[in-house]
Amino acid sequence: MAEGSKDQGGTGTADPEEDSPNMIVYRKIEDIVTRIQDEKAGGVAIRTVKSFLSKIPSVVSGADIVQWLMKNLSIEDPAEAIHLGSLIAAHGYIFPISDHVLTLKDDGTLYRFQSPYFWPSNCWEPENTDYAIYLCKRTMQNKARLELADYEAENLARLQRAFARKWEFIFMQAEAQVKIDRKKDKAERKILDSQERAFWDVHRPVPGCVNTTEMDIRKCRREKNPHRVKKSVYGVPDDGQSQPSPVHIGSQPTRKTTKEDVQKEITFLNIQLDRHCMKVSKVADSLMTYTDREPTQQRVKKWGFSLDEALKDPAGRDQFLKFLESEFSSENLRFWLAVQDFKRRPLHEVPSRAQEIWQEFLAEGAPSSINLDSHSYERTSQNLKDPGRYSYEDAQEHIFKLMKSDSYARFLRSNIYQDLLLARKKQTLSASIGIKRVSSSQVLLIKYT
Amino acid sequence: MCDQTFMAATFGPCDSCSKPSPLMNIYIKNEATNYCSLCVEMMACQGLQKGETLESLKRESETLKKKLEEERNKLNDVELHQVAEKVEVLSALSIKTRRVLKGHGNKVLCMDWCKDKRRMVSSSQDGKVIVWDAFTLNKEHGVPLPCTWVLACAYAPSGCAIACGGLDNKCSVIPLSLDKNENLAAKKKSVAMHTNYVSGCSFTNSDMQLLTSSGDGTCALWDVESGQLLQSFHGHTADVLSLDLAPSETGNTFVSGGCDMKANVWDMRSGQNIQSFESHESDINCVKYYPSGDAFASASDDATCRFYDLRADREVAVYQKDSIIFGASTCDFSLSGRLLFAGYNDYTINVWDVLKGTRATILFGHENRVSRVRVSPDGTALGSASWDSTLRVWA
Repeated sequence: MAEGSKDQGGTGTADPEEDSPNMIVYRKIEDIVTRIQDEKAGGVAIRTVKSFLSKIPSVVSGADIVQWLMKNLSIEDPAEAIHLGSLIAAHGYIFPISDHVLTLKDDGTLYRFQSPYFWPSNCWEPENTDYAIYLCKRTMQNKARLELADYEAENLARLQRAFARKWEFIFMQAEAQVKIDRKKDKAERKILDSQERAFWDVHRPVPGCVNTTEMDIRKCRREKNPHRVKKSVYGVPDDGQSQPSPVHIGSQPTRKTTKEDVQKEITFLNIQLDRHCMKVSKVADSLMTYTDREPTQQRVKKWGFSLDEALKDPAGRDQFLKFLESEFSSENLRFWLAVQDFKRRPLHEVPSRAQEIWQEFLAEGAPSSINLDSHSYERTSQNLKDPGRYSYEDAQEHIFKLMKSDSYARFLRSNIYQDLLLARKKQTLSASIGIKRVSSSQVLLIKYT
Repeated sequence: MCDQTFMAATFGPCDSCSKPSPLMNIYIKNEATNYCSLCVEMMACQGLQKGETLESLKRESETLKKKLEEERNKLNDVELHQVAEKVEVLSALSIKTRRVLKGHGNKVLCMDWCKDKRRMVSSSQDGKVIVWDAFTLNKEHGVPLPCTWVLACAYAPSGCAIACGGLDNKCSVIPLSLDKNENLAAKKKSVAMHTNYVSGCSFTNSDMQLLTSSGDGTCALWDVESGQLLQSFHGHTADVLSLDLAPSETGNTFVSGGCDMKANVWDMRSGQNIQSFESHESDINCVKYYPSGDAFASASDDATCRFYDLRADREVAVYQKDSIIFGASTCDFSLSGRLLFAGYNDYTINVWDVLKGTRATILFGHENRVSRVRVSPDGTALGSASWDSTLRVWA
């Protein structure tokens, strides 16, 4: 009978080359599962729950597992934690005590942890003879909870036909297993039975469920032991009829590194050393400029909501400035931008900068003369007798209102703005023209570029 | 070969063969040694130059590697995500499944968009290659292939042909006709021949050349018309799982990634390996160029995606999370390069902010591993292929 006690280490832990893709994931899951069970180190409480007639040993609720995952793996969304937990279940590391379908639910549903003996990292590939023995012995046990599900009954019938000749042998093995099981403690039996069932739920999944033991064929060749003798779950000796998997072509002996190889490597390294490389800071700036070059449609749309929105976005500011420059009326915006910058200057720069702005935009014969009403002009002139960061506040507000009512509206109607807005739109329109009988709600929406 | 006569200053046991004989005083790597004349001859014939053994070469290589790492680290003055703090935060992404394409009988392993932005080609473990209209869900062509596990497929730039290959160790080109009744399988033409499975294929700028990557550890460039091998690329020390051509404006290079955890950049004309990046901790399943051509991303079984810049010659970002423990099998950039879509073996697609290094959103929907993600040519949609035997279009 399968050994179910928790302290049975799995085989294969001594393997030096644990780098096959599946093993990497298994080890990570095992680390998580070990941590969850470690109550002292912040794990969940594994309890015996009283149900009306009996006790359910060694269980934990789905909600507790979800909570733990969220807290310990920095997951913000419960949906993500449930998804990860369901995958851990699908691979056979946790299982619901009363269901064949291996998913995690965020409620009071009770779960148990799988015994390390049955862990997938032990590279189980159980044969149909083992499965037949398992189903057979289930029918021998008169317990309602162990009744075969429909798909299991169908599987059993199929196996009986396939193994017709050796059914007597299978039956005997099943009987022997039942005898061994009877000798065990009741509570332990419950746990072991459930773990065994969960093992088969992974290797003979419910129809419609994902078979998580399927492998990516490109990675199969590197299995550590392609011609491994398939060990039986129930200790049944291999009768020699199992074929080595056709996918496990003999692993190619790794070519020994020759001197030419190393010489080539040295030449390559020397070329790399001679290469002129850029600093990461420069590279980062370049990457940022590249992604920013084409503002998304959402962003362009935002500029149309208010002048405030357009000026908030550096790209919006740039485009508005471009438009105004084409009209030779950029002094207002440039004044506004200069004052924004002025307000952020260090105190000692304030007086000189205030003068510079006055000279540029407001003085008699200023090169970028802005149009302030006489009232604001007076106020500002007064403020500048004792210059401070907010000396131009009044003037800036006035200019803002002017732009809002005048040049901003023209900007939104301008070619520069419309082209940006429509450039993206053109794509969906042409796309929708290609559709004949599809309603507008089915047109693929643009959310990003 | 006869001994030359020489002036013997000493007589004694040879340092090499220990036989007592007249000794020649020679210097091997600045060390004075005494060899008998026979050993000197043998040494000269073996081509050992001043005592370079495999070990000494390996040591030299290690020293150079360390020096290279030091040099590169000097340029690592800041992290990309730090500089990217200035960049505006992405507005909340709302991406949903807009289409589900059903029709394959088994795992869908690969997909590619046509340049017309609405057709897709997909290949499956069931041996079928299907051409779809992604808007109407109409299956325009279905080609049954004699081999299962068609691992790679690609659309020709003209839209008039597709390429596919896999466990048959070949990559074939199939011209597409407008006649639905035509038996396309009969017109299939084998172009590439490898000695192991074909993991990836891509047409170059024209329909005339095909680039393939293979489990035999090499990549190769083929002439479609004649099937002739134009160039082969050797350097990977394990299966090559993926390749991507540099965006056309930036020239004749491509990047490949493999089970040796390395990503290599190649010159297509000379066949030389120009640059190599090794920072992943497991197989690299997919590589994809950044739209500007100055950088590329990789997806790996170590559950991370990484971003490498060619000008800095180093990794500049790692995209990972504690909650992501399953391998990433595929990745692709959005048109602007701001987003990186990556498909994982935990059935999800994570969308990463390339500059800031954070995850923008996660897409649920597939019911088994995601084998391939591709952004449509106009950037308006994302196509994904999965082991759940469906394809999805997201937008």
